[in-house]
Amino acid sequence: MSARDPRANVAAVGNAATHVAYEEPLLFERSRPGRIGYSLPALDVPAADPAALLGADALRAACDGLPELSEVDVVRHFTRISTWNYAVDLGLYPLGSCTMKYNPKLNEVAARLPGFAQSHPLQPTALSQGLLQLLHELERHLAEISGMDAVSLQPAAGAQGELAGVMMIRAYHESRGEKRRKVLVPDSAHGTNPASAALNGYEIVSVPSGDDGLLHPDAVAAAMSPEVACLMLTNPSTLGLFETHIAEIAKIVHAGGGLVYGDGANLNALLGIARPGDLGIDVMHFNLHKTFSTPHGGGGPGAGPVGVKGILEPFLPAPVVRRATTPEGERYFLDDERPLSIGRLHGNLGNVGMLVRAYAYVRSLGPDGLRRCAEMAVLNANYLLARLRGAYAVPYDRRVMHECVLSDAKLADAHVTTMDVAKRLIDYGYHPPTIYFPLIVPGALMIEPTESESLEGLDRFVEALLAIAREAEEDPSIVRGAPHATRLSRLDETRAARKPVLRYAPAAAEAERSRPTPRGASR
Amino acid sequence: MAEYDIPDDRRYSREDEWASFEDDQITVGVTDYAQKQLGDVVFVELPAVGTAVEKGEPFGVIESVKAVSDLYAPVSGQVVEVNTDLVDHPELVNEDCYGDGWMLTIAVDDRSDYDALLDAAAYRRHVDDRKT
Amino acid sequence: MRYIPHTEADVRRMLDVIGVESVEALFEDVPRGLRLGRPLEVPAAASEHEVLRELGALAARNVHAESHAWFLGAGTYAHFVPSAIDALASRAEFYTSYTPYQPEISQGTLQTIFEWQTMICALTGLEVANASMYDGASATAEAALMAMRVTRRSKVVVAGLHPHYRDVVRTYLGGAGATIEHASYGPDGRTRDLASHVDDATACVVLQSPAFLGPVEDVRAAAEAAHARGAMLVVSVAEALSLGLLRAPGELGADVVCGEAQSFGIPMGFGGPHLGFLAAREKHLRQLPGRLCGETVDAHGKRGFVLTLSTREQHIRRERATSNICTNQGLMLLRATIFLALHGAHGLTALARQNVAKAAYLRSRVAATPGLSLPFSAPVFHELVVKLAPGDTAERALARALDAGIVGGLDLAPYAPELGPALLVCATEIATRESIDRLVSALGGAAS
Repeated sequence: MSARDPRANVAAVGNAATHVAYEEPLLFERSRPGRIGYSLPALDVPAADPAALLGADALRAACDGLPELSEVDVVRHFTRISTWNYAVDLGLYPLGSCTMKYNPKLNEVAARLPGFAQSHPLQPTALSQGLLQLLHELERHLAEISGMDAVSLQPAAGAQGELAGVMMIRAYHESRGEKRRKVLVPDSAHGTNPASAALNGYEIVSVPSGDDGLLHPDAVAAAMSPEVACLMLTNPSTLGLFETHIAEIAKIVHAGGGLVYGDGANLNALLGIARPGDLGIDVMHFNLHKTFSTPHGGGGPGAGPVGVKGILEPFLPAPVVRRATTPEGERYFLDDERPLSIGRLHGNLGNVGMLVRAYAYVRSLGPDGLRRCAEMAVLNANYLLARLRGAYAVPYDRRVMHECVLSDAKLADAHVTTMDVAKRLIDYGYHPPTIYFPLIVPGALMIEPTESESLEGLDRFVEALLAIAREAEEDPSIVRGAPHATRLSRLDETRAARKPVLRYAPAAAEAERSRPTPRGASR
Repeated sequence: MAEYDIPDDRRYSREDEWASFEDDQITVGVTDYAQKQLGDVVFVELPAVGTAVEKGEPFGVIESVKAVSDLYAPVSGQVVEVNTDLVDHPELVNEDCYGDGWMLTIAVDDRSDYDALLDAAAYRRHVDDRKT
Repeated sequence: MRYIPHTEADVRRMLDVIGVESVEALFEDVPRGLRLGRPLEVPAAASEHEVLRELGALAARNVHAESHAWFLGAGTYAHFVPSAIDALASRAEFYTSYTPYQPEISQGTLQTIFEWQTMICALTGLEVANASMYDGASATAEAALMAMRVTRRSKVVVAGLHPHYRDVVRTYLGGAGATIEHASYGPDGRTRDLASHVDDATACVVLQSPAFLGPVEDVRAAAEAAHARGAMLVVSVAEALSLGLLRAPGELGADVVCGEAQSFGIPMGFGGPHLGFLAAREKHLRQLPGRLCGETVDAHGKRGFVLTLSTREQHIRRERATSNICTNQGLMLLRATIFLALHGAHGLTALARQNVAKAAYLRSRVAATPGLSLPFSAPVFHELVVKLAPGDTAERALARALDAGIVGGLDLAPYAPELGPALLVCATEIATRESIDRLVSALGGAAS
């Protein structure tokens, strides 16, 4: 245990300070019988007797398990617990491959316009022309940005977009009478890639990256065979490196009759610079909650449109938004006559609210603004790398795109790990970068600053990381014991997994509180 | 570099399981190297008594907070006993992987399956080969 | 551009530190031949004012629930959204945070998820609930896949499902080599002969209740039919509000309850983002897809919450994951949790009862109107089928309603042509007596 106050260093760097931290129980612990938080108008029709209509056996009397609270209770509860969260609007949120850029407030106003927010997906299309036009134009903009021929906005998240993409690849091969059972996935890939492929019944073949962190044509050629349906790759890769061999790699896959799937998570680095469709990608998904600024909301919703080259267009999820010229002018409608479509993935047209936000974003940036995103994102990542490479190990020390990967290799002598660094960064007032991913870098620390971060913001972040590196050398126990300045210290994830408690149950809660921490729980 | 405990009184598979032979039965668990790689074990899924297992095929699953792994049968045979303590105390695998953390006992079809496993020295080399 | 802070002086300084001459040089790894080499052909940047004007014009061309009385349901429902929800959900700490992978600085999100999981268990009568799915349709598909994993069988029997839910189930199950069989409805509108479809190859029965066409199904009988052959019962609830009044499906024998919780404080939004939910029995915990939040303690014994059992999920289990799902519907979950907290144990039931009353009144007015008829006798929650007068069409009837300022319901011709000209009409608590009268009068208009 260190004699030094863990907050002393933090105060010197000055991003965070201690603040009032509210305590707040669960809703159920605040509940008091008789309190209400709602209002209902008086019934203007005869009261119905549900028991007579539905049978008493079909009914419940009340919703036991829901709390009884006043509106004041509820507002205070959620306001107080909101202060326990870190957020983009508070400061840098450098999660690699998540592109935590600023969420414009204009987009919120746009999405709340009643013509968007209060409309119904099944209302006749003649009554939704404005929204259908927006969706159609967004499809065109995304197609232009990515170099693809057609886009579906239906998938509700990147992972669902990926699922759609792999399904389309499967449908394509089946339509040609070809039985291909394998999918090539680089060892640096995000976990959704093999999961999406497995959901389609494919066998995953891992392709090793080279010593330079890149995918190499000979490795792909060695893995390529008539059994391979596609190669899934991310460009820039999860190491933040541009896959310089991508065109040649795509040629190899195409020559073997396979297709190339592009995970669009890192598209922010390429906006206006290069387009996946021009690099040999046949199908890709977009993450609107990454590249296109829609808010992350504590884990979602996202939106994961897919873009395809012409050969895959017939297989797009249905329905498709189409435009026709009529005597009355341009009219938009939904085309469900799609015999080769992989089908429907979402109950309706997708996360339209997020699509409206993305549309407003593209309109706000224009071609120059979009390109500026890529340029400044790449500038920021390279600047961080330049300032941090002395203090931290850099497994692939070269020009990066929009994110850089460091590791804890230089801290090993002090027995300080990436996890410790992440937790100590919290004391300095930051959300940690992505840790332990990609898997091919032990102790990876993946930092994506995005273009939203200013120079002085980056400098303060660098100072915090440099301070932590110094602490690792001079007083490692401060780092290993972090976080010190949060309302809760490090949480016992082992206990949560060994004895899952996944809902509030009053009797169980009492027993849980008096149970001692189990043997073997470590940090 | 971490030091891994590899007792001489038993044999090992390349999938980081140990096997000890007694009275025509083989008791199986995971090695110290395995439990250290996994971290805190949170769940172990084991087959029912009476299940037939085949050498080299998965018989169960072991989960830690950060990883999950199949468990592979080092020998072929029939499961005669399962360590039910692991249901409520998966941490036994971390604390005493060669003793109280044992997983199951198999009645072997063919003793030569056991002889074909690695001895302690060969397993130590296998561990060293994978250390970075 | 106001979202990107860099000045030219900033850029110069940073390039010096990096040691390059220009921003262009930072892209040296992008082969010249692969670069776009021209500006993107998207419209030039618009100011905030212009964007809002343009979008306002697009929005104004859509009919919506604030411009018209609303009787269109069919899986997306027009309910009142209490004001506190927008105010609370708009807080930056909720809105602009991300997945709670670092629990010490995400307790706001995590505690909310724990509260949601608790309340979904209470409403469904089951023991574990996950941290939401994309929507009711994908939740239903994932529930079917889960039942296939648990039972190791590959046949799925579906009944009463919204046609879009059925489509999504078919899409998801296509890769898993499953067969799907449909049980159809009988004269009273409820599913009939369900047991005749269930055999030893059946992984699960997927029963939507209330059904797409409105009737409340016999969940207990469906559970018996499924369990008799070792299959599971998945109950899909497209209108979560019905759980405020109807007996919890878990108490009636359902093994998995899933569905759509958009009715809990989420605007219709042209169909998304919405909020899928999924709950199951504790013994199936490890087969559950999606995120899970669990209670634990910190180093000082203080209670806190963490994402747990992540080894089921894609980022660890990769190709052996229970699903590929990564995000959940965090912001929507927050809204729904606030909605449930405001309404509470009695409010949800009171609200549900109002919905039933409005639909009962609608039904009585339809029954009293010449030309209109009610083909199904089974009791409903708040949605029912109205058959139009012979010779009338749904298109004309809906046009008459629109003239009266009403979006009157769903034309059932694409979904249930066997019914003849008919509409699916939904009356929620926002439907006034006066608007119901006006609607029925417009629908019956052809007969006069």
